Parts: sequence; C-alpha cells; structure tokens
Amino acid sequence: MAGSGAHLQLGYRSLAFGANRGHSVCRMRGSMAAGATAEAEARNRVGAAAVALTDVTIAFRLSGGGLYEAVARALLNVADGEFVAIVGPTGCGKTTLLNVAAGLFPPSSGRVNIFGTALAGLNRQAGYLFQSDALFPWKTALENVAIGLETAGTPQSEARDRAQAWLARVGLAHFGARYPHMLSGGQRKRVGLAQVLIRDPKILLMDEPFGPLDAQTRQIMGNLLLDLWSADRKAVMFVTHDLEEAIALSDRVVIMSAGPAARIIGDWRVPLARPRDIAEVKLDRAFHELHREIWQALKSEVLKGYAQTGGG
Amino acid sequence: MPWRVTLFMLQLLVAIASLLIWHILTTVPIFGATILPPFFFSTPLDVALRVVKWFAEGTIWKHLWITLVEAMLAFVLGSVAGVLIGFWFAQQPRTAAVFDPYVKMINALPRIVLAPIFTLWFGLGIWSKVALGVTLVFFIVFFNVYQGVKEVSPTVLANARMLGMNDRQLMRHVYWPSALSWMFSSLHTSVGFAVVGAVVGEYLGSAAGLGYLILQAEGIFDVAGVFAGMFVLAAFVIIIDGLVTRVEKRLLVWRPIAAETRT
Repeated sequence: MAGSGAHLQLGYRSLAFGANRGHSVCRMRGSMAAGATAEAEARNRVGAAAVALTDVTIAFRLSGGGLYEAVARALLNVADGEFVAIVGPTGCGKTTLLNVAAGLFPPSSGRVNIFGTALAGLNRQAGYLFQSDALFPWKTALENVAIGLETAGTPQSEARDRAQAWLARVGLAHFGARYPHMLSGGQRKRVGLAQVLIRDPKILLMDEPFGPLDAQTRQIMGNLLLDLWSADRKAVMFVTHDLEEAIALSDRVVIMSAGPAARIIGDWRVPLARPRDIAEVKLDRAFHELHREIWQALKSEVLKGYAQTGGG
Repeated sequence: MPWRVTLFMLQLLVAIASLLIWHILTTVPIFGATILPPFFFSTPLDVALRVVKWFAEGTIWKHLWITLVEAMLAFVLGSVAGVLIGFWFAQQPRTAAVFDPYVKMINALPRIVLAPIFTLWFGLGIWSKVALGVTLVFFIVFFNVYQGVKEVSPTVLANARMLGMNDRQLMRHVYWPSALSWMFSSLHTSVGFAVVGAVVGEYLGSAAGLGYLILQAEGIFDVAGVFAGMFVLAAFVIIIDGLVTRVEKRLLVWRPIAAETRT
C-alpha cells in the first residue's frame, strides 16, 4: 500500500516535471536569438518552485520605536503540487510568513519567488484561506463564492452557475441562499474553501483554516481538503499548530522555532501513502514514528514559545 | 402566543390605568378639591375630542403632511451628505485629521441655537426646519458611515484583495456595504432626529406643522390642544418607526439578530 502510493506520487512528479520542461522548451524556441541567456533562464525555470522563500527576514517596527524581528532568514521551497505544512509554537511568525508568500506584506529582506519570478505586490497566483472569518457577511454563500470570478470579469450568470457547482462540491448545494451568519463554523469554512478554489489558484495558502472547529469537523474538513486537492494538485502552504493535522495532510512538515527571530529548524518528508483518510492514517505506525520524531524537535520550542507569550 | 396576548393586555392596562388616573385627578374632587386643575392639565376626554375634531375637520392632515415633508427632506439630505462626507473622510485620513476639531466643535454645539439663524436665512417656510433637521441627521449618519468604512475587518479586506478586487471593486463590494450597514443600524435614531428637527423648528417659528399646532394651542392656554398635538405627534413617530423597522429588516437580512442563537 505504502509502496504503491509512493510510486503514484513519483509518477505524478515526473509528469509535472515533464510538463514544465515542455514549457521551457517553448520559451527557448521563442527567444532563440537571446541564446545563452534564454537557456540559462530556461534552466532556472525548470523545476522552479511554486513558492521559494530565500533568506526571508520579517521585522515589524514597534510602537515604542524598537524593531521586532518576527522571522529570521527563512529558507523554504514549495514545489508545484506539493502540500507543505508549517508547524510551530504560538506566535512564531507562521502567519507572517504566509502573508509574505501572499504578497500582503513585504519581507524586510530576502527574496520571494513565485514560479521562478520575483514577487512584486500581491501574489496573483495564490488563493488564501484565512484563519478567522473572511467571508463577506453581506453576501450570500453563493455570492461569496461567485465574487472571485465576478471581479475577474466573468459574467454574473456564469459565475453564479460555477459557484453553485462549487458549493455542491463542498457539500453545500442547498445553502447558497444563506448568509454567513446563518451557517455553522464548518459550513463557513466550506464556503471559504469554495471561494478560494473557484479561482483555480496555482498556490493555496492556508492559515490554521480549521483552527476554530471542533475535532470531528476538523477531520471531515481535512478529508474534504485532501479530496479537492488530489483532484487538482496545487502547491499548498498549510500553517497549523496541530502536528497531527500537519502530518496527516501533508507531503512535508516544516518546523519553525519559537519567536522572536523564528527560524525554520526542521523539514520532514511524510512517508504516508495517498489517498489518505485523516482518521485512518493516524493509526499508521509510520505516522506515530514520524510524530514522535518531529515532536522531539518541536517540544522544546513549544515550551520556549509558551514561556515567551505567557501561554497565550 | 398566549404570552403575546397577555403582554398586549398588560400594555393596554397601563394605558387604561394612566388615562383613568388622569381622568379622576382632573375631574373628581378629592376632599373637596381637584388635584389637577383641568385648566392646566385638561382631561383625557377633552383631548380625545380635540383629536377627533382635528381629524373630522381634516385640518390636521395639512400639518401632518408639512411635518412629514420636512422630516423626510431633512433625513434624505442629511443622509446623503453624511454618507458622502463620511466616506470621503474615511478614505482620506489627512482630510479627516484637518477637519476633525471643527467636526467635533459643530457636533458639540446644541443644534437648537442654530434655529434662529436658519429662520433668518431660510425664512419661516419648510426649509429652515429642513436645515435644522439636516444638522441633526448629518452627524449621526456621518459618524456611522465613517466608522463603517474604518472598521471593515482587516481579514475581510485582505480576503477581498486576494480574491483579485481592484480599488473600485473594493469600494463596491466591501466599503460600501459595510458603511451602509452602519448607517442602516442608526436608521431609527436618524429618522427620529429628522422628526425632532422638524417639530422643534416649527415650534420656534413657522406657519404650519405639528410643532406650529402645539405652539398655537399653547399661546392661547389651550392645554387640550397642546396634549392633542403631543398625542398625534407620538402616534406619527410610532408609525414612522414601524416603517423604519420594516425597511431595516429588508436591508439588513444578512445581519445576525442578537437574540437569535445559531451555531
């Protein structure tokens, strides 16, 4: 089972690689005259990570006048189609890192490359699922999902049709007319997921999206996410403080140290087969071994984090 | 359902008891003296007869209409100005900062003192009352819209930007609905103040309207007329308030109702 899963994944990867190479060949033909430069650029583009953070440092100016360094020299590559979970103690700057990848917030220093191109301004290739409620409260579920298409110029009727289809995919076919306050927390997250995915972003940024949900709903939402993701693999940056959730969902788990000046201190590949069921995968031996291993590294940082934030 | 019936009965009881006490104190001598002389307090019956007479003769309609027109104009003009300027200030923090002390100053001013100047400027017709109402409505709407634009959730805003909205779309899909929701939530207050502006304006100098009616009655010590005017005004305000509640329910369907608990 595990072997076949790994194989499947490998197959997918090489396919993606092939597609990428084809793309670069096209580019090379287009700019034959540029010669060596084009070739070098093409080489760079082959296998260019969906998100590449290089030496990213993020500092905030404090109201007192000082400088608070949240993240120090972070180095993180997320390949196309790869699901990466970022785990760290509270207040370690995980969200900040995500905001930088989204282009909502410029890093103080370092480079952010999206598919090999330096990010300037908002990351147009990314969809962002926020931790807190981000739906428009004055729009119905259907309007909330359709809005991302409408802003891009899709005619309203077509946008609504596609939004309805997406609502059905997240299991809310009959809830389109409801306003967010009439939906449960889990349902709101489903709408949020549809709202982001309908635009078909190449990169999915998720900031503890299932944090406020109860355990059962988290599990269901996790499985829904994996279903949707496996149908159309996007690069995912999934921030969470829940190590179990991180391992169950992702291909790679990245650990951050406690802030200030949080660093990335560990990077584990998750050897679990796909497709996965969140509940079942947690019974796997490999899951437990990996969990123990990562927890060893994480524990001291979590304690440090608690000591610094006073448990908050 | 039974509670609603009981509630209505109890509410009715309060009205009947109050009227009864009023009636007894003004008409029945207790220990040889009426406690409330009818000359100063009138009697419920006289007041009721006066109200019936006004409506039977049809003279009241003209005054009601004038007051309604003044209140409506004050509400519409004050709201439009409040929305526009509130929006503008919220988008331009520097402009807002420059005007801030003056806005505070004018808002701190009791608006009644402006009535004489408005009468001088706009005459005794409806426009001096409209102007007074506008100064009351404007600030309520202005502060609410300003707040509404300022207090858009940063997450919702970030989400809107990530969903690809440009500035114009942000305005239309985020700032505008947020500002309007704040404005609508103050609808009761602003409509109420529009009526207050109209009536107070009439009271201070006019040729028609409910305030004028009350002032006229007062001028000839016609206490029944004063009370009758007050009752008509109260009924008028309750009807308008009921309409506002209906409009509000339509416009704010997306808002959670505080008493309603959903998970």
